[in-house]
Amino acid sequence: MQPTKEKLLWMYEKMVEIRDYEETMANVYMEGKLPPNIQKGLAFDIGSGPVPGEMHLAAGQEPVAVGTCAHLGKEDTVVGTHRPHHFAIAKGVPLDTMTAEMFGKAAGLGKGKGGHMHLFDPEHKFSCSGIIGASLPPACGAGLAAKKMGKNWVAVAFFGEGAANQGSFHESLNLAALWHLPVIFICEDNKWAISVPKSEATSVAWVADRASAYGIPGIKVAHNDATEVYQAVGPAVERARRGEGPTLIEVKTDRYLGHFQGDPEVYRPKDEVAELRKADPIGKLAGDLKGRSMMTDDEEKAIVTRAKKRVADAFDFARKSAYPAARDALNDVFVAA
Amino acid sequence: MTATRKLTMAQAIAEGIAQEMERDPKVFVMGEDIGKYGGIFGATGGLLDKFGKDRIMDTPISETAFIGAATGAAAAGMRPIVELMFVDFFGVCMDQIYNHLAKNIYMAGGNIKLPVVLTTAIGGGYNDAAQHSQCLYATFAHMPGIKVVVPSNAYDAKGLMIQAIRDDNPVMFMYHKGIMGLPWMAYFEGSSNDVPQESYTIPFGQAKVVREGRDVTIVTLSQMVHKALLAADELARQGVNAEVIDLRTLVPLDRNAVLKSVAKTGRLLIADEDYLGFGMTGEISAIVAENLDSLSLKAPVRRLAVPNVPIPYSRPLEQFVIPQVKGIVEAAQQLAKARVGERMVA
Repeated sequence: MQPTKEKLLWMYEKMVEIRDYEETMANVYMEGKLPPNIQKGLAFDIGSGPVPGEMHLAAGQEPVAVGTCAHLGKEDTVVGTHRPHHFAIAKGVPLDTMTAEMFGKAAGLGKGKGGHMHLFDPEHKFSCSGIIGASLPPACGAGLAAKKMGKNWVAVAFFGEGAANQGSFHESLNLAALWHLPVIFICEDNKWAISVPKSEATSVAWVADRASAYGIPGIKVAHNDATEVYQAVGPAVERARRGEGPTLIEVKTDRYLGHFQGDPEVYRPKDEVAELRKADPIGKLAGDLKGRSMMTDDEEKAIVTRAKKRVADAFDFARKSAYPAARDALNDVFVAA
Repeated sequence: MTATRKLTMAQAIAEGIAQEMERDPKVFVMGEDIGKYGGIFGATGGLLDKFGKDRIMDTPISETAFIGAATGAAAAGMRPIVELMFVDFFGVCMDQIYNHLAKNIYMAGGNIKLPVVLTTAIGGGYNDAAQHSQCLYATFAHMPGIKVVVPSNAYDAKGLMIQAIRDDNPVMFMYHKGIMGLPWMAYFEGSSNDVPQESYTIPFGQAKVVREGRDVTIVTLSQMVHKALLAADELARQGVNAEVIDLRTLVPLDRNAVLKSVAKTGRLLIADEDYLGFGMTGEISAIVAENLDSLSLKAPVRRLAVPNVPIPYSRPLEQFVIPQVKGIVEAAQQLAKARVGERMVA
């Protein structure tokens, strides 16, 4: 399944947008968190600045998000991880309300109650969780609902390679296989579960090999490449829409930044990221597009300008938005009965 | 006692574990990122270099498996320490904790030993939202079969950790992130204090009067001890003399320390970072209520805790739901003026 020029350009623009979003967030996140404006003796204060708390960024992991979401429509469900921005952006979650949520503002997706690991956009059928392995069961549920309602909608669960050692992974694969649920399980293998490398935590080299234990296809995408992801996910989505059941796909990808911003990364070889960046997937797709005369230099410039403006506008919106009133904390535990 | 040095709570915990590992080859540690990383909150810092990978074991993200394995290894004669990175993650492994670790000794009629220490990080205040900010010590204290230790400072943490490792029963050791003395999170400086180099234990079930007073008793634990002490300083400036009690362990609970102090002051404020409903504040209130035949209250009991909402992300929301120094001062002031049988000033 080859992507059309239109799909390739869409994936390129979304990857540019995601990368710019993550790099912008990396900078904004550091505001107010460094000496001398924090408690004396600290090197960094996680709870300070306009965007406090943990921040997990996905720079380098764009291909898996865009190569998958290029096959999805608004009615398809995506469940992301604690590192969710690339999925959310590729799925079409509005940048302004998503960013306002991370700034803790009342205009945010969850009125400031959720924060960056807990983004809920029912309109675009996107959600995520801060708990490892928590994406797979609700994706099964979305698939089950589509089936019960007689729709050909599919659900995608993204999860990291570390999550493949959680019970929820194994239970969900079995359930989806048993009930022929329209679910695509996509493992993002960025090699690191915080500080623990895959080789020291997982009994097999490829998580995709575990598909055979559940009698479903296990597909391997060996490169951090949007086109390769697109080619692998397409047949799985079609299979799911035809009612033939789930597929497990594993994508090799690269985490450029720390597990969270401020992570000293004492566990990671110093030159690893520099090496990874040499094979950057965004530059590679731009090269492919130009090599095939699908994008001129001027068109590239226009795409980058457009994407960056969307990001800048979203951060501007978030900064200017108002905080919720403190007492709003007491609302929304339940909706009206 | 030998020489002391000022340690952070994280360093004191790691030192306590190291000293027990040197003393007893059966002690070992399992958990996520506890090796090279030294624990996300530093509780196992330096242990990998000292003891190697056979005894300081990084695990897959498989809490049901490795916490259950701790129960199994303990039953087979080892003394595992096992880390649940955030207490909030109990959701993925609770069956192994409460249906097995907590109940097996009882169901075996006391014929097995389960010397497991389950360490875990608790607490909010740094905007990490609903899945990474809870305390939940009352949840574990509620269910029979696990001792629950919640230290407020480095000195107590080391002594309580060594006590926990030597206990033949499951012990949950819950450290608040905001008093570990991490270089990347604001903390209360009183939590880092002088710690003897030598090994020592602190018995469970002994609360500590961390500030003596006569007007109002503030019962608390963990990070809230430091907020209560700051509040007590402010109250003293306003003419109210507060006594602050650090419970240190919830199971066993030092009921006598609470009763003795309330008998003296006649006024009780309970300050807690856990949820208000069905929790620690209710338990302490009940203990006093059950003993009103032998002590008398001058004012109704007052409780401060998270008002039965998940911990919100946004700063103004989180600061509102977690009791702060100012709220403790105001509540204690209201108590000091209140009388039993009269409506308290809101």
